[in-house]
Amino acid sequence: MATKDLEQQEAATPTRVERTHEWPTFSPAVDIVEQKDRFVLKADIPGADPQTVNVEFEQGVLTIHAGRQTPEHTGDMLWEEYREGDYERSFTVSDDINAEQIKADYADGVLTLTLPKVEAAKPKKITVNVT
Amino acid sequence: MGDLSRLQREMNRLFDGATAGRWSGQFPAVNLHAHDDGLVLTAELPGVDPQSLDMSVKGDTLTLSGARSAATPAEDEVVHRRERVAGSFTRTFQLPCVVDAEKVEARYTHGILTVQLPRTEAEKPRKIAVKTS
Repeated sequence: MATKDLEQQEAATPTRVERTHEWPTFSPAVDIVEQKDRFVLKADIPGADPQTVNVEFEQGVLTIHAGRQTPEHTGDMLWEEYREGDYERSFTVSDDINAEQIKADYADGVLTLTLPKVEAAKPKKITVNVT
Repeated sequence: MGDLSRLQREMNRLFDGATAGRWSGQFPAVNLHAHDDGLVLTAELPGVDPQSLDMSVKGDTLTLSGARSAATPAEDEVVHRRERVAGSFTRTFQLPCVVDAEKVEARYTHGILTVQLPRTEAEKPRKIAVKTS
């Protein structure tokens, strides 16, 4: 059986709409783990507004996008280690994924995607007819 | 060839992050704002159990510690990517003014910890009336 490269890689040329706003878009850090029957992807998107978390699957490319709530605190910035912006990242998904069954959960700034594999072609027994 | 293009992508991703001002130093990344009544410290702590966070304030020093648990992979699991930071952390900050430890409030929403640090009464700016004779 030809083994397919199951690793999900970022799409080389994700087809996407350009966004017209002035805040930046960040590529979130992810963990991808493969289990027997599924892939599990976790992405850090701290501060993302649950209403804006969007997962799209189109032509083998899985795209996650999330927007950030506008910060409520005002005042002078004294120290800045992170900037606020949107999150976006795309992955090429192999045919072995059952796209219909992809599940997404968002909690505490972490987006968790569960991508079940399609049922593997089971080995078939062929009966030999003896004449 | 595949490795090369992957490397290229990684480089692009790193540089994209750098030019966009993404902090790649300590965890968690924090921002500090000042307003008339005090300071606001925010920290990016996605996936951290708020119960595991430990914070102490004394005078003008704030210490934040906690842990983000790394899921230990099961035997039949294959890890393809591990970019998210895991483990325990402690950061200590010297604040630009003395804050009222009694009135410090912290809130954790969508992976962001927001700490309100009011100044002590003595530290607050006072309006001084200019007398004319």
